[in-house]
Amino acid sequence: MRYSQDRDRQDKEDRPYKVFKIKEGVVIDHIPAGKALHVVRVLGLSKNLGDSIITLGMNLESKKIGKKDVVKIENKELTKEELNKIALIAPNASVNMIKNEHVSEKLNIMIPARLENIIICPNPNCITRNYDMKTKFTTISRDPLKIRCNYCERIFDRDDVELK
Amino acid sequence: MGGKINFRGRSIISINNLSKEEIIYILETAKKIEAMPFKKKSELLKGKVMASLFFEPSTRTRLSFNSAMTRLGGRVIGFSDPMTSSFAKGETLYDTIKMVENYVDVIAIRHPIEGAARLASEATEKPVVNGGDGANQHPTQTLLDLYTIKKAQGKISGLKIAMCGDLKYGRTVHSLAIALSHFNCRLYFISPESLKMPAYYLAELSKRGVMFSEHEKIEEVIDEVDIFYSTRIQKERFPDHAEYEKVKDVYILTKEMLNKVKKNMRIMHPLPRVNEITLSVDSTPHAYYFQQSANGIPVRQAVLSLVLGALK
Repeated sequence: MRYSQDRDRQDKEDRPYKVFKIKEGVVIDHIPAGKALHVVRVLGLSKNLGDSIITLGMNLESKKIGKKDVVKIENKELTKEELNKIALIAPNASVNMIKNEHVSEKLNIMIPARLENIIICPNPNCITRNYDMKTKFTTISRDPLKIRCNYCERIFDRDDVELK
Repeated sequence: MGGKINFRGRSIISINNLSKEEIIYILETAKKIEAMPFKKKSELLKGKVMASLFFEPSTRTRLSFNSAMTRLGGRVIGFSDPMTSSFAKGETLYDTIKMVENYVDVIAIRHPIEGAARLASEATEKPVVNGGDGANQHPTQTLLDLYTIKKAQGKISGLKIAMCGDLKYGRTVHSLAIALSHFNCRLYFISPESLKMPAYYLAELSKRGVMFSEHEKIEEVIDEVDIFYSTRIQKERFPDHAEYEKVKDVYILTKEMLNKVKKNMRIMHPLPRVNEITLSVDSTPHAYYFQQSANGIPVRQAVLSLVLGALK
């Protein structure tokens, strides 16, 4: 019984890796259910894919967070700085670098100090909403999230964040 | 003083980008300019040209900038009505600045959209001075408010300062409160419930260790304070006019309310006033709003002279 329970748990934990196991790349696990496409967008994976392969798992069972999404990225170089952007959408996501089918490094993601052209300024009277231009935000606090628009200087929190 | 402070070529976009030392430095420069002999003053910016780009009407600020520049011997080109400029033909702000920078040494800009002055400063190497960008910043107003407080009371540090009226939408009071956080002042915020100081500013003031309290009646604090800063309740900022009607006449300062105030208490107002301060107050020694508006000249002269490198 005990053995079976343990194996069951092990199976569930391993599933994101087993179901569509990747050899080299990045696995982003424990994304809140329904946010996988946001992660794809924030990482700029929705265009110019080249040879890279993106695999999504949505609404999977998770012991840790109930329901979750998983995103796997193969054949695509992503810097830690880029991966940090995930924290905007999924601050508690597990980001694992995979080499030779094994986890080679677990990343602690952290919202970058500066956010360039990632999010839309929620202030409709901000210059960035009135001209075709890049947005720039400065992170002033990570927990709770507070970011300041470099243009209109207003401060926003996590609920206001909308991706570009 | 001033060993490390260098404003030459620098844009003045937001009071939030100025340190306490830099603020004091600008105020001291304004004082120096006021005391300067006429001849020297009138040649300080000789040969320099300022672009005065007013994308929304603002007679007061525009005339003050233009007067500050011309009285220092500089010249002004520009427009006060965007409908007559190429802006009306669809030219972007970025392109307008790129074109204008070839004609001038410094740019003063006012624009209804928040962040416009910052964008302008990114488009050019020439210094840009923000004359107001929507509800966001108006740093020369904040500097002249600080200069006025200093002139009225001989100091800024440790004063008791009340701000009254529209504290929700009023950019003047937001910037001033943040700037005063450098000077260990005790702040009193008087407003109707619907126009209270936004929570973010209160949190920021607490974080900076500022002592403050919120009130609904002028009478609760006026006898205690050194400065009473009144503001207009701005009709144009209200999404709902019925809401405006409810609060528009809540705070009217009359001569009778000044019976027990501190002898040296001074009343400030960024002007224009509608009915917040009755005319009977004007003749009391407490009225200080016209001096305040006059202080816009030396403060803007200080800013222009510093960013143009004419004074160090």
